[in-house]
Amino acid sequence: MEVLKIATAGSVDDGKSTLIGRILYDTKSLTSDKLEAIEKTSKQKGYDYLDFSLATDGLVAEREQGITIDVAHIYFSTAKKSYIIADTPGHVEYTRNMVTGASTSQAAIILIDARKGVIEQTNRHFFINNLLRVKDVIVAINKMDLVDFSEERYNEIKADFSELMAKRDYQDQNITFIPVSALKGDNVVNKSENTPWYSGQTLLEHLEDLDRKDIFNAGTPRFPVQYVIRPKTDEFHDFRGFAGKVYGGELSVGDEVVALPSQTKSKIKEIYAYDKKYDTASRRSSVTITLEDEINVSRGDMIVRANELPQIEKQFTATISWMDSEQLQAGGKYVVQHGVNKVLAKVDKIHHKINPDYSGIEEGVTGLGMNDIAKVTFKLNKPIFFDAFKDHRTNGSFILIDTKTNSTVGAGFIQ
Amino acid sequence: MNKDTSHINPLENEAIYIIREVAAQFEKPVLLFSGGKDSITLVRLAQKAFWPAKIPFPLMHIDTGHNFPETIEFRDRLAKELGVELIVRNVQDSIDAGKVKEESGRYASRNSLQTTTLLDAIEEFKFDACIGGARRDEEKARAKERIFSVRDDFGQWDEKSQRPELFDMLNGDIELGQNVRCFPISNWTELDVWSYIQKEEIEIPSIYFAHKRKTFVRDGMIWSAEDDIVFRDEDEVVEERLVRFRTVGDMSCTAAVLSDAVSIDKVVSEIRDSSISERGARIDDKRSEAAMEKRKQQGYF
Repeated sequence: MEVLKIATAGSVDDGKSTLIGRILYDTKSLTSDKLEAIEKTSKQKGYDYLDFSLATDGLVAEREQGITIDVAHIYFSTAKKSYIIADTPGHVEYTRNMVTGASTSQAAIILIDARKGVIEQTNRHFFINNLLRVKDVIVAINKMDLVDFSEERYNEIKADFSELMAKRDYQDQNITFIPVSALKGDNVVNKSENTPWYSGQTLLEHLEDLDRKDIFNAGTPRFPVQYVIRPKTDEFHDFRGFAGKVYGGELSVGDEVVALPSQTKSKIKEIYAYDKKYDTASRRSSVTITLEDEINVSRGDMIVRANELPQIEKQFTATISWMDSEQLQAGGKYVVQHGVNKVLAKVDKIHHKINPDYSGIEEGVTGLGMNDIAKVTFKLNKPIFFDAFKDHRTNGSFILIDTKTNSTVGAGFIQ
Repeated sequence: MNKDTSHINPLENEAIYIIREVAAQFEKPVLLFSGGKDSITLVRLAQKAFWPAKIPFPLMHIDTGHNFPETIEFRDRLAKELGVELIVRNVQDSIDAGKVKEESGRYASRNSLQTTTLLDAIEEFKFDACIGGARRDEEKARAKERIFSVRDDFGQWDEKSQRPELFDMLNGDIELGQNVRCFPISNWTELDVWSYIQKEEIEIPSIYFAHKRKTFVRDGMIWSAEDDIVFRDEDEVVEERLVRFRTVGDMSCTAAVLSDAVSIDKVVSEIRDSSISERGARIDDKRSEAAMEKRKQQGYF
């Protein structure tokens, strides 16, 4: 079964939760007890329609305030695919939550209120999904029922959004516009009779047709070693397996490889998934690899093909997204977690802040606050083995950990 | 030799990755094992993650004393087959020591009492990571839970200050006294678990399959009447019905469903067609809409 992860972004009141609730309802994913709870609560609140947002707004605080405060995960499936929606909120910690949601997603839905059109928040949503190189972006122009399903209004918004698209860094992103009404159900799962001028797919049809090969950005194979398996039993006395997940491309038995950082050469001898042997380990599979030669490899090391070395450096420059209430300071020390590898890092230089709404950069900054995005250079106490984020979404990203609180305080994308 | 690994379930790949991260990042992890289908699935995933080595951490069961006997028998046999240490800690001991008070009346359950016994066991063995089979699709508050969820000294979950989780990266750094609950099958749905059990031909306790059982009906739900664990009014009529269980929690809060699904294939097609979510059969969540969130803040799994 294919699994597609989708991030949603929209401002407060754009109807994000309603849209998700509508998808669940129209795909018959809401079970009778959940539907019953929604009907009951909608009635208590005196609504004359079903408040689908109740299907996703989980925490008590959210229900009290009628808003979504954190990333929630929603699951549904069709005959074709399993879907995981990361529902991210559009306010206070918006950047942090959106970056988080987008980081694990292959597709994103950006909601626009047809009455309001492209607003400052829309710029941010698009900026972040483009920064994170989410392959497929769907711009759902919502509340079409409130603008009389006007084609003119739809085209106006589309034209405004196209101006944004010209500014994007990641040009290969697929962008699709769909006129919808989440509340009434137009063009979400079922085709609307109210938009005869729209000949494209409904939202769900579009998601169903996304090709698995297309939604993961390809790159060169990287195998970060998570764990060394040494059974020390009679049957497997000399077994030394390197357990990990393959990223970017595939690895095959017989491939000439090097282990980093030692740069010792060897060949892939066997590839196991559980007790079965395979010729090839495909992208994103969790496998155990054995090598022809007995070389020293431990957690945090990386196995790559000999002719495809990544950069091996003690310094890098990255675009970072700061996620903590405590400021990032020039000269500050953090742990950089790059995949499964952890190294100590020092902020060498904050070059500038990048306004996440395409309004330019801000120079001369000495610290970064929550939701700030900036270009920063780090110095490391040990080299890491990375690719540029534009070439490799996994091997070009990292998180920042505060050494005092152990919290994850930022994320970065290496240039 | 097989050709390539591309057909392997992406959820399985993710779960194995998470389990390996737990083993690598923590000094003393433990797998919380209830004998239910989710924890049985976890055990299979852990087996796969470390093969041909043994699972490098023990299993622990917090026994309410109200478990289905079939589950207990199954638990002991599985641990023996795997050659893995099984730790059992009893809620009864916490009650006897006066640490918790048994509920009484119609809706009495030991389900929430497990928390104290669990926290005591974590302290006793100095576990820094507990692997659990919770899934985000089970309940609304679960949908916000991280894969690595940090708990403080009191086992408490602070939903407002959860660590963001980006890409595949899991941050397991903690202070002394803190511990992390780890959820490798966070992204699985109930149907995913059943389909996996079917595909992998994993053995599960017999109560998951349709069988004849003495039962009674209350509030539209079917309860086991084979023993004294579920409180029953005199006017509640006992009848033999063909039933199975969708979860195997504490008997006092786990209702049965009418079913003739006697094999895994039939269970899977029944779940596929079913319109009642799994937690709909757990009375402890129906107590109030915010029931689960409250229990989690207090350290419940």
